[in-house]
Amino acid sequence: MTDPLLEEVLAAHPAQDGALLPILHAVQERLGHVPPTAVPLIAEHLNLSRAEVHGVLSYYHFFRSTPPGRQVLQVCRAEACQSRGAEALLAHAEQRLSCASHSTRADGAVTLEPVYCLGLCALSPALQLNDRLHARMTPAKLDALLAKEGL
Amino acid sequence: MSAAVTKIFVPRDSAALAVGADDVAAALQREAAQRGLAIELVRNGSRGLFWLEPLVEVATPAGRIAYGPVAPEDVPALLDAGLLAGGAHALRQGATDDIPYLARQERLTFARMGITDPLSLADYEAHQGWAGLRRALALDGGAIVQEVTQSGLRGRGGAAFPAGIKWRTVQQTAAAQKYIVCNADEGDSGTYSDRMTLEGDPFMLIEGMAIAALAVGATRGYIYIRSEYPHAIATMQEAIRRASAAGFLGASICGSGHAFELEVRKGAGSYVCGEETAMLESIEGKRGVVRAKPPLPAVQGLFGQPTVINNVITFATAPLILARGAQFYRDYGVGRSHGTLPFQLAGNIKHGGLVEKAFGLTLRELLIDFGGGSASGRPIKAVQVGGPLGAYIPASQWDVPLDYEAYAAMGAVLGHGGIVVHDDTADMAQLARYAMEFCAIESCGKCTPCRIGSTRGVEVIDRIKADQHREQQVVLLRDLCDTMLHGSLCAMGGMTPYPVLSALNHYPQDFGLAAMQEASAS
Repeated sequence: MTDPLLEEVLAAHPAQDGALLPILHAVQERLGHVPPTAVPLIAEHLNLSRAEVHGVLSYYHFFRSTPPGRQVLQVCRAEACQSRGAEALLAHAEQRLSCASHSTRADGAVTLEPVYCLGLCALSPALQLNDRLHARMTPAKLDALLAKEGL
Repeated sequence: MSAAVTKIFVPRDSAALAVGADDVAAALQREAAQRGLAIELVRNGSRGLFWLEPLVEVATPAGRIAYGPVAPEDVPALLDAGLLAGGAHALRQGATDDIPYLARQERLTFARMGITDPLSLADYEAHQGWAGLRRALALDGGAIVQEVTQSGLRGRGGAAFPAGIKWRTVQQTAAAQKYIVCNADEGDSGTYSDRMTLEGDPFMLIEGMAIAALAVGATRGYIYIRSEYPHAIATMQEAIRRASAAGFLGASICGSGHAFELEVRKGAGSYVCGEETAMLESIEGKRGVVRAKPPLPAVQGLFGQPTVINNVITFATAPLILARGAQFYRDYGVGRSHGTLPFQLAGNIKHGGLVEKAFGLTLRELLIDFGGGSASGRPIKAVQVGGPLGAYIPASQWDVPLDYEAYAAMGAVLGHGGIVVHDDTADMAQLARYAMEFCAIESCGKCTPCRIGSTRGVEVIDRIKADQHREQQVVLLRDLCDTMLHGSLCAMGGMTPYPVLSALNHYPQDFGLAAMQEASAS
């Protein structure tokens, strides 16, 4: 991580009122993940121990310590999506992408992860590909989406 | 060109976006421009009739006419058919307000939903916006609390605690700094009423939180929104900016001298942060670990200060109560469940969507009269009411009135009003296993029944499914559920047994138990 970028983030978040999560979000927004090298700098800024910052970083599913793939596919696995075939959809995605859930493909092209509820429960099953939401999905529609993104 | 400009509405709700609303809006702009038609495109909230999304509405002299579900490729034919005048087409649903699904509802909190441009202050004002806040500004804190208490409003997040009592506790606790915190960590599968409010009527939430701030004397507020809701976060942040610029928030609400600053805080994918004390920890920048109670957050909450914590819908209902009076709201509902609940039909249901009705209707009415049965056309087998920690309700219980006490009496909960439908292909033992697995993934780890019990629960259900000492393992599962129910610190571990036990009790055959009983009988 470049220091100027982190310094900019830290300067925008004074050490008060629970600034740790907003800082972690800001770093991940810019870099796609929160590198371990940022932890001691954030800890010092907030007068916390490195263990405390690491503890928060590792507690929340949303934060990543390693870079994700160039594209990210999140398939909802919650009950409303399960009732309309989410498990089969996730299995299809694993096979289609040759990528297991919770992992990034060896070539770094794509990360596949289950997610617990995108709030599109009346139009299940749902998924998110990069920044875009897609509902009423089927394996065939997913194939078309992935092909459009070169996957 | 002298022709009048026609208003066309295409929702910006993220569920509508997920089925192509942006592409439909772009197609409308493009086609209208090519044909020299003057249109004004409004990106409204969703009406909540999701099976018809993207739902396009046209303002005509006879009112708004609905078309749906519209695909981008339908747009030329729709314009050919005279869309701008409400012309006939296969996708035409008639006057929006007359669609039976909508006409049969009692939309109080969701009265504006889908009608207005969510970020237009002028629209909000023109549709009874700020009326509740203006009345609150003329009252003292005690009178506001009294009004909310009288209305019978209970917490809509799921726990159903009387809102007025919580507000009174904070009001009567002396402190230099008090907080208002909105729990918008809507993690329950099958629920989206908070998301719709954040995206579709954000000023209503701001108004409700400002009323709470006036009532208890708080000057700072936070809205904790889950990271899975980026559209809701963006809309809410913009709404706060606009409301502040217009003087409804900030150093002096409407020039009253009362200060109230509001800020959005983004969650980070932890389900248990929907539990109020875990959420406070998260806002404070810590791991979302549940706190032991007491002290109650109303006495020692955020940063150790008295804090009102309510769900989005609870706050969003306060403006109506102040504007129309406690009695108006209280007269809806049954028993001790006053007012309305925005029920959310989800999963395997033909007509999925938001149904705001007074408490007291039945699940059967929701599933059949509104929902139209399953989407797959197969028989409905089980309905999970109240999110992933809610019980599975079999058809024999569908006629019980939806009210907090009636559901509690049968070991179920209304929760946040989410209703997830499963057809007869569902494997209830698998869904019970999933409930335990979900608890194991999301447990904050503080208490043993939840942290260890959930993992043991997955293992026990696996052994039941594999018929390894099945009868013994069922006894063990019930014992484990009893420990989790009574020994967990919060609802995460304490309610995971609801879906597990209801699945086991109502669908024993899915656990291989009917077969076992037959075997032992022979």
